Amino acid sequence: MLLKISTTHQPATDLGYLLHKHPDKVQTFDVSGGNAVVFYPEATNERCTVALLVQLDSIDLVRKLKTPSTSLMLHHYVNDRPYTASSFTSVAIAKTFSSALNGTCKDRPELVEQVMPFEVTIPALKVRAREGVLENIFEPLGYQIEVTQHPLDEVHSEWGMSQYVSLKLTNQLTLKDLLSHLYVLFPVFDNEKHHYISKDEVEKLIRKGGDWLQYHPEKEFITKRFLGHISSLAKTALTRLIPEEERLAAEQEEAQPEPEKKVRLHQVRLNAALEQLKASGAKKVLDLGCGEGKLIRMLIKERQFERILGMDVSYRELLKAKSKLYYDRMSPRQQERITLIQGSLMYKDARLKGYDAAAIVEVIEHMDEERLDAFEQILFGYIAPQTIIITTPNGEYNVKYEFLDEDAFRHSDHRFEWTRQQFEKWAMRMSEQFDYQFNITPIGDFDEEVGAPSQMAVFTKN
Amino acid sequence: MEIKLPELSYVALVGASSAGKSTFAKKHFLPSEVISSDYCRALVSDDENSMDATEDAFDVLNYIVAKRLKRGKLTVIDATNVQPHARQPIVALARQYHCLPVAIVLDLPLNTLKARHAERTDRDFGGHVIPRQYKTLKRTINRLRKEGFSQVYILDNEEDIANVKITREPLWNNKKHEKAPFDIIGDIHGCFDELVELMEKLGYAVQRKADTFEVTPPEGRRAIFVGDLVDRGNNSPDVLRLVMSMVEAGTAFCVAGNHDAKLLKKLNGRNVQVKHGLAQTLEQLEKEPEEFIESVKVFLRKLISHYVLDDGRLVVAHAGLREDMQGRGSGAVRSFCLYGETTGEIDEFGLPVRYNWASEYRGKAMVVYGHTPIPDAEWLNNTINIDTGCVFGGRLSALRYPERELVSVEAKKVYAEPVKPLHLSGNQLSAQQEHDNLLDIADVTGKRRIQTKLGRSINIREENSIAALEVMTRFGVHPKWMVYLPPTMSPTETSPLPDYLEHPAEAFDYYAKKGIQKIICEEKHMGSRAVIVLCKNEEVAKERFGLVKSALGMCYTRTGRPFFKDEALHQNILIRLNEAMQKSDLWSTLNTNWVVLDCEIMPWTLKAQSLISQQYASVGVSGTLALKETIDTLKIAQQRGLEVDNLLEEYSMRNEAIDLYKNSYRNYTQTVNSIDDIRIAPFHILASEGAVHTDKNHEWHMKTIHHLCESDEKLLFPTNYKIIDLQNDTEINDAIDWWVNMTEKGGEGMVVKPYDFLAYENGKLLQPAIKCRGKEYLRIIYGADYTLEQNLKRLKKRGLGRKRSMAMREFSLGIEALERFVKNVPLRQVHECVFGVLALESEAVDPRL
Repeated sequence: MLLKISTTHQPATDLGYLLHKHPDKVQTFDVSGGNAVVFYPEATNERCTVALLVQLDSIDLVRKLKTPSTSLMLHHYVNDRPYTASSFTSVAIAKTFSSALNGTCKDRPELVEQVMPFEVTIPALKVRAREGVLENIFEPLGYQIEVTQHPLDEVHSEWGMSQYVSLKLTNQLTLKDLLSHLYVLFPVFDNEKHHYISKDEVEKLIRKGGDWLQYHPEKEFITKRFLGHISSLAKTALTRLIPEEERLAAEQEEAQPEPEKKVRLHQVRLNAALEQLKASGAKKVLDLGCGEGKLIRMLIKERQFERILGMDVSYRELLKAKSKLYYDRMSPRQQERITLIQGSLMYKDARLKGYDAAAIVEVIEHMDEERLDAFEQILFGYIAPQTIIITTPNGEYNVKYEFLDEDAFRHSDHRFEWTRQQFEKWAMRMSEQFDYQFNITPIGDFDEEVGAPSQMAVFTKN
Repeated sequence: MEIKLPELSYVALVGASSAGKSTFAKKHFLPSEVISSDYCRALVSDDENSMDATEDAFDVLNYIVAKRLKRGKLTVIDATNVQPHARQPIVALARQYHCLPVAIVLDLPLNTLKARHAERTDRDFGGHVIPRQYKTLKRTINRLRKEGFSQVYILDNEEDIANVKITREPLWNNKKHEKAPFDIIGDIHGCFDELVELMEKLGYAVQRKADTFEVTPPEGRRAIFVGDLVDRGNNSPDVLRLVMSMVEAGTAFCVAGNHDAKLLKKLNGRNVQVKHGLAQTLEQLEKEPEEFIESVKVFLRKLISHYVLDDGRLVVAHAGLREDMQGRGSGAVRSFCLYGETTGEIDEFGLPVRYNWASEYRGKAMVVYGHTPIPDAEWLNNTINIDTGCVFGGRLSALRYPERELVSVEAKKVYAEPVKPLHLSGNQLSAQQEHDNLLDIADVTGKRRIQTKLGRSINIREENSIAALEVMTRFGVHPKWMVYLPPTMSPTETSPLPDYLEHPAEAFDYYAKKGIQKIICEEKHMGSRAVIVLCKNEEVAKERFGLVKSALGMCYTRTGRPFFKDEALHQNILIRLNEAMQKSDLWSTLNTNWVVLDCEIMPWTLKAQSLISQQYASVGVSGTLALKETIDTLKIAQQRGLEVDNLLEEYSMRNEAIDLYKNSYRNYTQTVNSIDDIRIAPFHILASEGAVHTDKNHEWHMKTIHHLCESDEKLLFPTNYKIIDLQNDTEINDAIDWWVNMTEKGGEGMVVKPYDFLAYENGKLLQPAIKCRGKEYLRIIYGADYTLEQNLKRLKKRGLGRKRSMAMREFSLGIEALERFVKNVPLRQVHECVFGVLALESEAVDPRL
């Protein structure tokens, strides 16, 4: 990974003082994942360029560095990290140019606040975001930008463009600001971090970006991505990034009531399922495909439900559910009330027998239509609770979602999204085959033409 | 005095403290057979005499006893057991596990007890305790039989106690020593003519001799009757006569049926309802002499509820028998055998609703039974009902054991009208296939141990089955198609050559060292692994695979997912393959109408386009951008006189490497527009009807596949191979040259296998295949510049142990799945194997190996 910073400030070699690196030397520093070489390909009074060559060792990255498992490519030897500007580059900037980044210059302190013309060259930057994001982020900071896009493979033009761009930035500003921009923004474009993110990252963000970030129109986007989409950290950071004058204004208006929040569709769905479970009179209930346990957390508040079993096929989701329920800290009586199991609706499971009602909220569309027959026989024939509540998206409503392509589903794992008629036809077949009555209601904002976004069927055993 | 204990009994020693129970137990039983309440008291409280620990101590005691009885182990409880309420749980526990409760009472005079107690130092309770225990026992000693003990022995003097001899006797139902072959005959219900016809068809010579029969079985065979000899039919007396004569002669066994039991009650003068054909039997018997009736009574009284035969491999009971009741004795066992398990409900025909115990049967023993008339005898979970309703106008059937062959004769007439019509099920699937529609989670999850034919039993860890459950549920093809999953394959040992990470020499060496002389080298294709289950026609999917929908087959990935997203393309591929099988005559050569093929499907782009874009091409494009700019910048710095020569040299090499890397992945990225761009390279014909082809060598596989490929040269791609004698250096060098040539041209490499599909060293199975990947290909595995000296040096440190062990375990399981499928076992037994492969795949192992 190469980063070049040039200036035409006179004398240009002042850059050496600012960076605390002698222009005639080639110096190497240890950095996370490998080393960084600093050298000056040009160093005249007219123009001076510093090059930061970050040399990551792709074998060590895999074998030695402890990295978050969410990052797919980091665990392969075939890896773009050695080539593209990323969080590794940020860390290398902080390590090699620390005094310049922190705004100190021992020999020439007056240079720190000196605004200079700078030109930055980045041969490969991975931009994982919608088009125009580079402009939206750099232009408010005063940069002129020159972006060159590159095809994924020159031999296979049909594969389209890659996510990598070559970037040239020009601006008049202090070196300290320039470095802080780059430090914060590389991982933002790349949308990945090679290290775990903790509260310390909030401090780093405020320290490095506080001055300019609070006024930046893309403040939220930058903050969220810099903090690895951990919403609690982003919230903390964003509260601290409110400009002084706004904060004062806000304090004066404090008494203003907040506008009523729109309840999210999923919550509407869960509320509807809960109401139906309550109305059924069920005492022992199943939440099949409970995920991280949102519905279970609603169910435990209702005294009506004496036994609650949540099942999911994903063990990770169950662990999340357990932790969100604070299951380990529950009283023994509460623990007895709740059972969480890993299971599958493709296998019959004696643990699911003996319950009064089952809720299957947004689950069936994740099963192959080909294999629904097993699910049907298990749910309606084998478990056969008195009441069965099933919700699933209404495919007709998809036209209302602008972000969806035609024929696309709302979720990449959805195997189907039924129309209202398809759902009804299926429900009818279930009721005839397994002797249930049913009733279908729309869920969410109802549209005259395409119906509501979601639909719910309540089956009652005859 | 001799005490004959049934081998499966729960023995209660009864007697006051100091009666000598522990001494008695020690003398006659194994230490592990005796569970003493004092010992359990000590276990939970550190004090043998602690009375306040009694409740907990008995919890422990009962828990241990329950485990032993469940496992069929004779157990002795050493406690005073003088109070009825203390004995009641003993009887209950024995009944629960269908063991016989036996009481052995040590009833010594009070004075003796007192004298003994005075000498003891280990009992610190007061003098009043023993008289109280003594009195309680005396008061209740005559009630023991009433309390439920099957046998009661009272020893009331020291001499008897000293001289008693205890022997153990097998239960009457234990006929494990009676070995196959047998002919098991279904419910006869007085259909004598059909019985004789069937016996003759089975090869028995039947001769009437005065008022009995002489039946000569075929050499070495014996008959077993599943009961219900009488009622409804036209000649119950002769049926009885024939069966009785055979049992008498030792040429047959017979178990009791509910009709036989009821007849006995009636003959004994008990009040029973004369229904369900009993009237006919009674009428027929009226013409028989008194002695015959008497002999029938004796015969019927002696009938046992069920038999366990042939080393425990076969169980015969009239209405079948659950695993936990087999070989046991209790009222519950007997009534299960006679009537089966019912739910207590009554169906629309007024008949009791039967609980289908066979659908849950997991036992090792085959269970053959009758009782419920059905149109066809069908296997379900290694059980079979052979009552094909002869008396209702159906057939009289017999099962040849161990051949598992059904033989039957048609009824000559309808002797009785069935309450429920015989032909009611309109199902196209067999009972087993119907049952297999729903798999049970208990058969796949948790910690498991799977016995494989290749000799190893494979352990599956719970955390791995957890991972497999998710993959199988969310992405797997229908389990009825998933009869095999391929194993992972280990690479060669690391090459000592300076420029190579892998080289054929080590693969050859592995087999040579294991004593293998002949090997085969097969070109390795770079595409995606696929298993193709192919049917000769669409009906086969229903008939053999038990799927509801007709289909021509299924092509799935190595993790059991559908290979093709595009269903039309999938169908076209299957049609073309089917045509090729037709044209090459392989359906008839293999004598099958289905086949399982192990294949590689090309190009790689077909399955991996997003991986190629997101990872391989991305690394290529970013690499070139960064490296070019770096080189340009270093050159400028060099002109300035900076010391960057080494850096420049290294970056030039890395730049060349990234170009080689790009060329390498581009070898496998042909664009797919239609089926014409797809190529399939089968390399194993894994299985077809009746055969898993691991008994054929790889040359057979290759030649057969080459023959198949000739039938569709556009779609099918023959694999190049070389057969090598490992003692011939010329052949070895040729093979190495072949590999170098192939891999320099962009080939992935080759797979080295022993010539025989299964190869052993001293009985230990060897790796079935070892891959040897090309130098250029490995760039897409280990990174563009893995060949740089400083990188290669480090990469050469890699351990293969885990990968090899995993390859062996997965291979054994995969083959086991096929073996089981070919044997037509219940689906869950096939499924547990492929599920196991998937579970093992979730074990952490270096993905680059």
